[in-house]
Order: sequence, then C-alpha cells, then structure tokens
Amino acid sequence: MNQVIDYHAILPELILSGTIVLVLFVDAFLKERSWFAMPLALTGVVASLIATLTLVGEHRSTFGDSFVVDDFAVMFKLFFLSVAIVVLAISLRYFRDGGSYQGEYYFLLLTSFLGCLMMPSSRDLLVLFISLELVSAPGFLMAAFRKTDLRSNEAGLKFFLIGVLSTAVMLYGMSLMYGVTGATNLAQIGVALAGDLEQGKETLALAAILFITVGFGFKVSAVPFQFWAPDTYEGAPVPVAAFLATASKAAGFAGLLQLMFVAFPAQFEFWTPIFAVLSILTMTIGNFVALQQRQAVRLLAYSSIAQAGYMLLPFALVTADQAANQDVFAASTTYILIYAVMTLGAFAVVTALSRESRALPISDFDGLAKRAPVLTVAMTVFMLALAGIPPMGGFWAKFLVFRVAVERGGIGVALAVIMLVNSVVSIAYYLAIPRAMIFQAPQRERPFASPVLVTGVTFVAMVAVVAIGIYPELLAHFPPLSTLVGP
Amino acid sequence: MNAWEESAISIATFLPLVGALVIVLVPKDKERLVRGLGIVITAAAMVIAVGLAIDFDYGSGAPLQFELNTRWIPAIDARYHVGIDGISLPLWVLTFVLSFLCAIYTWRYVPSPGKTKAFLALMLMLETGMAGTFIAFDLVLFFIFWELVLVPMYFLIGIWGSENREYAAIKFFLYTLFGSVFMLLGFLAMYFRAAPHTFDILELQAYGAGGGFTRAFQLIAFGAVALGFAVKVPMWPFHTWLPDAHTEAPTIGSVLLAGIMLKMGTYGFVRVALPILPEGAQAYAPWIGLLSAIAIVYAALACLAQKDLKRLIAFSSVGHMGFVMLGIATLTPIGINAAIFGMVAHGLITGMLFFCVGSVYDRYHTRQIAEIGGGLMQKLPYLGGIFAFVSIASLGLPGLAGFWGEVMALLSSYSPAGVLSDQVGLFRVFMVAGGIGTILTAGYFLWMLQRVNMGTVPEEWRDAPFPDVVAAEWVSWVPLLVAIVALGIFPRLIIGVTDGAVESLMRLFAG
Repeated sequence: MNQVIDYHAILPELILSGTIVLVLFVDAFLKERSWFAMPLALTGVVASLIATLTLVGEHRSTFGDSFVVDDFAVMFKLFFLSVAIVVLAISLRYFRDGGSYQGEYYFLLLTSFLGCLMMPSSRDLLVLFISLELVSAPGFLMAAFRKTDLRSNEAGLKFFLIGVLSTAVMLYGMSLMYGVTGATNLAQIGVALAGDLEQGKETLALAAILFITVGFGFKVSAVPFQFWAPDTYEGAPVPVAAFLATASKAAGFAGLLQLMFVAFPAQFEFWTPIFAVLSILTMTIGNFVALQQRQAVRLLAYSSIAQAGYMLLPFALVTADQAANQDVFAASTTYILIYAVMTLGAFAVVTALSRESRALPISDFDGLAKRAPVLTVAMTVFMLALAGIPPMGGFWAKFLVFRVAVERGGIGVALAVIMLVNSVVSIAYYLAIPRAMIFQAPQRERPFASPVLVTGVTFVAMVAVVAIGIYPELLAHFPPLSTLVGP
Repeated sequence: MNAWEESAISIATFLPLVGALVIVLVPKDKERLVRGLGIVITAAAMVIAVGLAIDFDYGSGAPLQFELNTRWIPAIDARYHVGIDGISLPLWVLTFVLSFLCAIYTWRYVPSPGKTKAFLALMLMLETGMAGTFIAFDLVLFFIFWELVLVPMYFLIGIWGSENREYAAIKFFLYTLFGSVFMLLGFLAMYFRAAPHTFDILELQAYGAGGGFTRAFQLIAFGAVALGFAVKVPMWPFHTWLPDAHTEAPTIGSVLLAGIMLKMGTYGFVRVALPILPEGAQAYAPWIGLLSAIAIVYAALACLAQKDLKRLIAFSSVGHMGFVMLGIATLTPIGINAAIFGMVAHGLITGMLFFCVGSVYDRYHTRQIAEIGGGLMQKLPYLGGIFAFVSIASLGLPGLAGFWGEVMALLSSYSPAGVLSDQVGLFRVFMVAGGIGTILTAGYFLWMLQRVNMGTVPEEWRDAPFPDVVAAEWVSWVPLLVAIVALGIFPRLIIGVTDGAVESLMRLFAG
C-alpha cells in the first residue's frame, strides 16, 4: 500500500517532536545553564501552536484515515498547547530552584504533550492507544521526579501500576473489538456496530466497550478507578500535578468522546447507564471526600475527581437523536475546557506557595490576603468558579450541563438534581482555601515572593475565567465545532 | 425611545460595580478619598434612579418602561432584557437609597478590622446585584444578578462580622445556594416546556397565562422555584440562616440584608412564580399561607425569648416577612399591594432598627439586653428616642409605615382571590393567627423598649463618655425617618405606583 503522508496535517506534532529531541540534549551540553531547556521548549510549543493555527478550518486525514485533522482536533490541539505554555511557565522556577534535571523534565513533559496533541486526531484504536501511552508513560516518571522524596516515589509507583493495569484492560477491550468488527478504524467500527451483529458477537462487542470504558475510567480518574489520583497528585511536583489534572485528564476525555461518539454510538443504550452510574459516583464521592481534606493539593485532587463526574454526566444523556447529541457533546467539551482553565489557575497559585511550604496544608494559606493580594483574589475567583458561582466561567460550564440534562427529561432531571446538590456541597470545601487566605491571620510577616511568570499566568487565567463568566458568547462557537457528531 | 432612556437603568445598576473597580485601584493610604468615593458613587447612582422614578410615567399602561431588550448569549437564548414596572420601581429605588445611606454611615463607621477599600468595593458589588435583580426580565440574567449578591455578602459577614462570623457566613452561603440551584432547575424546566423555548419573563408570562403549562408541570416547577425564593425570604422553616447571618453581620451588612436582600425572595414570587405558574401558585397558596401564619406567630414567640438585641430584630424580620408572604398567598391585588408595601416599609424600618442597634453596639460594645441594662433614654436621649420611634413603627402603629402592609395583608386574607374560594375559612384562620401575631409583636417590642430604653442608667455606664447621635448618623437616618412617617400618612406613595401593575398581573386569579 503506497501512502502519501499529509505533512501539513502532522506539522504541529513534527515541530514538537523536533523540539523534544533538542531539549533532551540540553542537559548533556549545557550543564551549567540547563534552565535553558524551558525557553527552548516554550519556543517549540509556540511554533507548534502557530502551525496548528494554520490548520484552523481545514479537514485533512492521513495514514489511511487513522489520523484526522478537523475542527474538533484543532480545537483540542490549541487547547493542549495553551495548557503546555502555562505548565511550562509555572515549571521554570520550581525545577530551577529545586535543582532537578531540567532537560530531562522538559523532555518528558513535551513528550506527554505530544501524546495529547495526537489524541484528538486519533481515529484508530492503535493510534489512540499510542497517543494514550505517550501521554501516560512520561507521566509515571514525572510524578516521581522529586527523587529524594518518598512521597514522590510512591506517587510515581502508584501511578505506574494503576496506569499499566488500566492499559492492559483497555487493550484487552480493543483486541476484542477488533475481533468482533475486524476493523481498528473508529468510523469503520461505528459502521460495523450499527449493522446487525450475530448474537455472540453482540455480547463480545458490549464486553469490549465495557473494558475500554473502564480503561479510560482510570485515565480520567472516575470513581471507582480514582484512588491513585490523590496520592499521585500530592506526591508529584506541583506543576506535574497541574499537568495531570488538566491536560492528561482532558486527553482522556478527548479519547473517550471520539470512541463514544464515533465508534460506539449505536450501543448507547448499553453504555449510557454505565456513564450515569460512573458520573453519580464520581461527583458524589469526590465531593464528599474533598470535604475532609486538609492539604491543598489533595483538595484539588478530589475536586478534579468530582469535576470529572460533571464531565461524565453528558455521556449519560446520549440518545439516538443526533441533534440533541450535538448539545450533549458541546456541554461535555465546554466543561472540560473551562475546567482546565480554572484548575490550572488554582495549581499556579499552589505552585507559587510551594516555594515556602513543601507539605502545603491549607493552614499555610493563612493570611495570604495581606501578603499576596493578587494571588488571593485570583484563587478566590478560581475556587468560586470551580464551585459554579456566577458570574465566573465555571457557572456556564455547569449551566450547559444542567441545560442538556433538563432538556433530556426523566433520568436527565434526576442526574441534574444530584449534580445540583453536589455543587452546593462543593462550595463548603472550595471556600476553605479563600477562607484561610482572607479570614485568618498570616503566619509569616515577610512579603510573599511569587515568580513573575507564575503571577502572570495566574492573572491571565483569572481574567479568562471572569471574561467567560461575563460574556459566555466567547464559547458559543464550540457547539458547531462538534464535527464528530454528525447526521 | 432614545438611547438614554434605554440605557439609563443599566447605567444606574452597573455604576456601583464600576465604582467598586475604581475604589480597588485607589492607593491604600487614601482612606478619606476611598470613603468619599463610596458616597459619591452611590449618590450618583441614586440620583439617576430617583430621576428615573420622577420620569416614570405612572399613568401609562405600558407594561415596562425604560426597557432594553438586546442580544446577550444567543447560544443559549439568553437576552439582556431589563425594564421597570410599578412593582419593581419602589424596590429598585429603595436599593439605591439604602446603599447611599449606608455609604454615608461608612464615612464614620468602618467595622473592625478596617480594610475600607475592600469593604466598600464589596458593598458596591452587592448594590449592583440587588438592583439588577429588580430590573431583570430574562431568567438567566435574573439568576446571575440573584447569585451576584452571595459572594460579597459572604465576605462582608465573614471578614467584618462578630465572633461567630465564619459559621454564619458559610451557613448563609450554603442555605441560599441550596435554594437557588433548585430555582435554576425550575427556570430551565420552564424554558424547555415553553414553545418556543424562551427565558424571557414576559413571554413566559404570556405563555403561562394562555394555559401553556400543564398543571402537573406547574406543581413541580413552582415547587422548585419557590424553594429558591422561600430560602431567601426566608419563610419558616427555612429561616434558620437568617438570625445567624443578621447577628454576625456588620451593621451595613444587616441593613442591606434586611432592607433589600430579603425582598429579592418575595419579589421573585410576585415577578416569576405567580404570573408564570398560576395553577401552581393556586395549589401552593394555602401552604404558603400556613407557613406565613406559623412564621408570624413563631417569630413573635422567638423574639420574646431573645437576649441579644440584634438577634431579636433579626427574628422580627422573619415575622414581618411572614405578613408579606401572607399577602402574596392570598393572590389578590390587595394582598400583593400589601406585600410590596410591606417590603418597602420593612426595608426602611428594619434597616433603621439595625442602624440603631449598630450604633448602640458601637457605644456599649455589647448587644446583650441585660448588659445594656436600661436607661438608654437617659444616657443617649436622641438615640433612645429614635430607637423607640422606629420600634413602634415596626410593631405597626397606625400612621407609620409599618401599619399599612400588615393591615392590608390581614384584610386580604379575609377574602382571598376567587380561585381560592374553597379555602376562605382557612385563610380566615391565618388572619386570626396574624392578628394574634401583631399583638405578640407589640408585646415583645414594648418589652424590649422597657428593658433597654426605660429605667435608670446602670452603674457601669453612668460615666461612660458615649456621644449621642453624630452627624454621619443624622444624615443617614433622617431620610429613613422622614420616609417612615411619609409612607404612614400617604400610603398612596407606594400603592399608587404599584397598583396598576399589580392589577394587570393578578387578573389571572380573579376566578
């Protein structure tokens, strides 16, 4: 088979791959100034971002339709690259002052982001699998990057074991799916599953869907596959936790969206109840355990679990009605994107604080309002946004999910009520950090020194969250982007 | 319709929010400038509001004046639709007046721990949220304004409150949020049931009046939105956040909370729940009436048991709002007029009572009735006199503002709306309960005055150098005192404004 590769379609990935190689050499040749890896990585990411911008509005596919560039893919690519810029910005001082191997770290980080970039273009089980592993495998190492810290080692090991287990389960499901349909291409699987299946094959197909869903359940830390997340986030370097909670999770969701809406839509009656249960468990357990947390990163970890529950909810509302599915799809996608902005901002603030406190109990935030007013206001905005209080961006994320849930009626209304109660509960712990920052007396008197880059990205994230909150029309072009869901 | 008429109410509503941003940018050490700016900004907004109230065409049959209906979020069919009618005008103007008086009060009193900038900025944010609620005619917009008040009030209580402030602040936040999320659910349900889908209050009203919503749907939707409003009012038994929030909040917080924020709940019933879901309202009316009657009697009994002056006033609010809700429950024009009158009167009187209690606390540094120990009249004759006057207004003395709302509510429950003709007996029972409530109310207020105002000054306060009412207090209080008398003598000042809009709104329930 003679294939012509569409190099324009894979240009962002190519640029990032080149950068990855260059960054790896930094440690070897620029020992004294290995922080130089960060600007180098940043340049590569920005170049890749520009390359992605040239693809806006295009529809290309290559490698025999297994790699597709469409509106959905471009939107997620732009999103991942923006997240990469933020994570790089908050990493610089953390790793430079921490004395780690910086070239190595940026190499791993970019490799993970390469996986993220490929994910929304992967329309083939194999490519999907490679992308997912590309996201996860460097993550295992990055989580354990504070090599002298036992917690960090534990974080890496736990993440690795769970990650491998989930991969195995997913791969098993994928092989079953190939056995049933004889295809690895998602669109072809979709066609095969929509047709008449023999009795035995039908069961096998459902089992395959179940296994693949479970595998992704681990990736997006849905209950009951969530238990690795808090320990891993807590032990990992804070910027790595930020990456895991946003880009890595969003990549999982990007994969899940493609699978469910392209490959498995015909079986929705089978998998929507599964997602309903996953969603309810994830948001409820995430929220209620978060109430008990006394450590900032663990609190954010449980928050990210609870939020995953809200993102999973729209999956439970899928029907045979494609027009309604468009809204469902848009609600989930929008939620993921807004969630990432809020969570990144919160992690940026925590990164700033991690310079004076390693363990990061919430009490270390005491009185920060006096010492760092901008970070305090920003953190308050992020927390209120995560809780879904208008006029913050997070409100619209929740609003869109409520909207599709109520529109669906029946089970949708029940899910909406559960989500409403959960959002109310969540405000109790989301206010814990602002409460400490504003209501408590400071523990230290000296002024708080936050790296300029960290303050900068925090401020930008805050402006974004408020801007989306006041003028949500900024997001209005997302629904038409859902090219995955078509008639 | 010129550009000014279209945008004036929006300018007045958002001016405080812009002012909040300006205040945040002023350097920290310019204390006087910050306080002055607070007064100037609230004054400017109030001038626009009062100007519009003068400009308001009271004879016109137009449902909405100064209306602006423009695109906002086409993706979800939410529009920026604002306007004013006779029902919203009194409350909207009251918001600006009370906020202005609060800013003047702040010229002298910034509660511990200071931070004037943050204090005023939050107060101004609160003002925008409250004012916006009264002009929003799109449910999404309404909800945004409604929730906008939560965060500033949370911080006002949490930072500037008294000992138990954090508990009170989070309790207030959780309670109101719990109610309002169900309200949002109800809004969404109405949106999807209406054909074509719309969040516009007027369109939904027309659709509801045309019998568009089924009875079963109305029962559910009314329950959901009423839960949100009921927590805010607060109706018994959802009131337990209120005594804590009021007691712990700084004086300004209590004044705005009692003066305006509680009215957002009752206004919601009149603006959203009743006209859009008439059958739901009809079905729930006896229950609302029952809860209101319980609230009136319960609050009066609770007041008799209070040892803390501020907590006593807080519980009295529950009772007064009970009268307002009783008026609404009758579904009659008189009842709704009574409710709106009661809202305004309660805003003026209870706002003023909280000012008094705040000033008493500022001097005595205690709110315990036993510790004050009487003799306020001797020690501080002006403050004592004002306190006595406002207390008597609050217990509903004829000739003062508190009287009309209560008596009209009781009157309307004697003959509720035609659609409630089966329940006339029940409503008359409520009327009797309310009547007993007024007696108990007079009882606890007079007993309170006896313990605080009368008697001789206890030994420990005899030589305390307390100043009597000072200039900032006079300036912020006199307008309220004048209004209390004026509304008592000329109730038409409010009813004349509201009546037209109320009549057209309540035609649905004539039966």
